[in-house]
Amino acid sequence: MSGSEFLSIASIISLGLLTFAFLLTIIRIVRGPTLPDRVLALDLLVAIGIAYIAVGAITTGYFLYLDIAISLGLVGFLATVAFARFILHRGMKNRQIEIDEKKKEKEAAR
Amino acid sequence: MIVQVFQYLAGGLMIVGGLFSLLAAVGILRLPDLYTRMHAVSKAGTMGAGLMFVAIAVVSFEVSVILRAFAGFVFLFLTMPVSAHLLARASLLAGYKPSSATDITDLDIKELEE
Repeated sequence: MSGSEFLSIASIISLGLLTFAFLLTIIRIVRGPTLPDRVLALDLLVAIGIAYIAVGAITTGYFLYLDIAISLGLVGFLATVAFARFILHRGMKNRQIEIDEKKKEKEAAR
Repeated sequence: MIVQVFQYLAGGLMIVGGLFSLLAAVGILRLPDLYTRMHAVSKAGTMGAGLMFVAIAVVSFEVSVILRAFAGFVFLFLTMPVSAHLLARASLLAGYKPSSATDITDLDIKELEE
């Protein structure tokens, strides 16, 4: 078996593995009990997408795909940061409301 | 001859990277709560995508492609753990509790409420 034959077989195997990983991650996105679980699964989905594009670059021999993979990583990072800030602000707001209600209850008890 | 050796190496790296990605996906499906799932994503997921970049660097015999693949590899290894840590901190402060099997001794959540 020559090197290029092994490379094409390896790319088929790794694409199969990545597809299986993709499906398992989608199950977590659909099922995920809370919002941070889904955001985390989306983060993994972006990483698997980068791996897909890299395998595509190797099989086609068209290495310009590498730039697309890098920029997809950048977009995924920014998306996760934005989601994290959203979760933080929303959670702090809810928590502040709870604390205010507790204070009111205490004052009413007096 | 040397081209063949590098092609075999790149094929092996691709398969190992695919296995790492699959491991991350199994981890995110099987682990009990958000904070343990974060381990699977930020370690195995990063490794899975990073090994594909290494495979590109090995199989292409061009300096520009190797440098770009290395840059992508470093960028991925810098950003994925940072984003996972940021998400963990945000969800902990927002009040998402870890599973009951987790024993927190270093984090005082009550302190943040006051």
